[in-house]
Amino acid sequence: MPVPKLRLHRYAWPVVFGLFSGIATAGPFELEPLPYDSSALEPYIDQQTMEIHHGRHHRAYVANLNAQVENYPELRDMSLEEIMPMISRFNMAVRDNAGGHYNHKLFWDVMAPAGHGGEPSAELLAAIERDFGSLQAMQALVNRAAATRFGSGWAWLIVTAEGKLAVTSTPNQDNPLMDIVPDQGVPILGIDVWEHAYYLAYQNRRGAYLDFWWNVVNWDSVSRRYAEAMNP
Amino acid sequence: MPFELPALPWKRDALVPHMSSETIDYHYGKHHQTYIDTLNRLVADRPESEMSLEELIHTASGGVFNNAAQVWNHTFFWHSLSPEGGGTPRGALAEALDRDLGGIDGFRRQFGEAAKGQFGSGWAWLVKKNGGQLAITTTGNADCPLRDGDTPLLTLDVWEHAYYVDYRNARPKYIEAFLDHLVNWSFAEANLG
Repeated sequence: MPVPKLRLHRYAWPVVFGLFSGIATAGPFELEPLPYDSSALEPYIDQQTMEIHHGRHHRAYVANLNAQVENYPELRDMSLEEIMPMISRFNMAVRDNAGGHYNHKLFWDVMAPAGHGGEPSAELLAAIERDFGSLQAMQALVNRAAATRFGSGWAWLIVTAEGKLAVTSTPNQDNPLMDIVPDQGVPILGIDVWEHAYYLAYQNRRGAYLDFWWNVVNWDSVSRRYAEAMNP
Repeated sequence: MPFELPALPWKRDALVPHMSSETIDYHYGKHHQTYIDTLNRLVADRPESEMSLEELIHTASGGVFNNAAQVWNHTFFWHSLSPEGGGTPRGALAEALDRDLGGIDGFRRQFGEAAKGQFGSGWAWLVKKNGGQLAITTTGNADCPLRDGDTPLLTLDVWEHAYYVDYRNARPKYIEAFLDHLVNWSFAEANLG
């Protein structure tokens, strides 16, 4: 009788890797699988970048956040959305890693394979045209915020407390939900401009990455996030 | 006189296998060159175009500071690397490391932790403080210890572009390669004065 070949589901491999590399994510916060195959965003974002970005960078944020539960037991019962508005109460490790976890979860969610991201909802498009003039004008503002973010960070499209749309950027793993950020709001779209997000495919050409990024934007997700931010 | 990209102190493939020529092509040929080009564009026809990089680092802010400091930091970084690097320092530097940082082992441990712990983009430094004692510091993004009046002796670039082609996310391996094979102690000895 043939010996059955050991086959691991592809999502099991990061778990195995995590166990042997000492960065298993055991704890209340979990790394969820990508919502699509790691090659699904090609040619705009390559498979290797996605695998390392999700399987190593995002995994490390989750593991490092779980390691902080020892210092802050209250984290065990808090959602990421509850942590952010009181991030000033925690140390830098929580700020960096809770931010990194939240931001990457959002990033995977606001992308989709090219041609499968839908269109902005009528409500979102109306708000974009009201606040920026046109969809293209909003995209240009986001790209400019992303291109001029010196060092590592993010560019955001947010809904402000007044219900307006605005474009902002934050350094490192900060985000607009955090109480320490000057321009606060609910992010409905974010672009990662840490070099690890684009270096293997685009190297120093951040502008090319930003131009191509809009081919994989998930408007269905951004529209849903807009509706939720307007009707919390 | 516009700012110019200084020559590298070694050939582009001289640091292989610890740092690839592809990394040097991008890091020196694109990133360092772009900081030069951007700085020249920002200071064109302005009084700052007559100033030295050191003067700009002490006085400028915003984009001019960022680009001037990144030009200076990268030139200092190339000289902090050597194809004959690694090993241990000699003479007065060895004595100062023993006195202030627990010797070469203490230096390696503290410098490695600092370089690993600099979250986001930035630099790790061995500096001489005003009082003459050695210290390990880190700076974020373009920031440079010259601004605090410290004398830099060595630096390691920990922006992801410095190691992503060769090491991906494994910054600790890059730091280890620097400490084992690339660190230019002769340069640090000369900077100690």
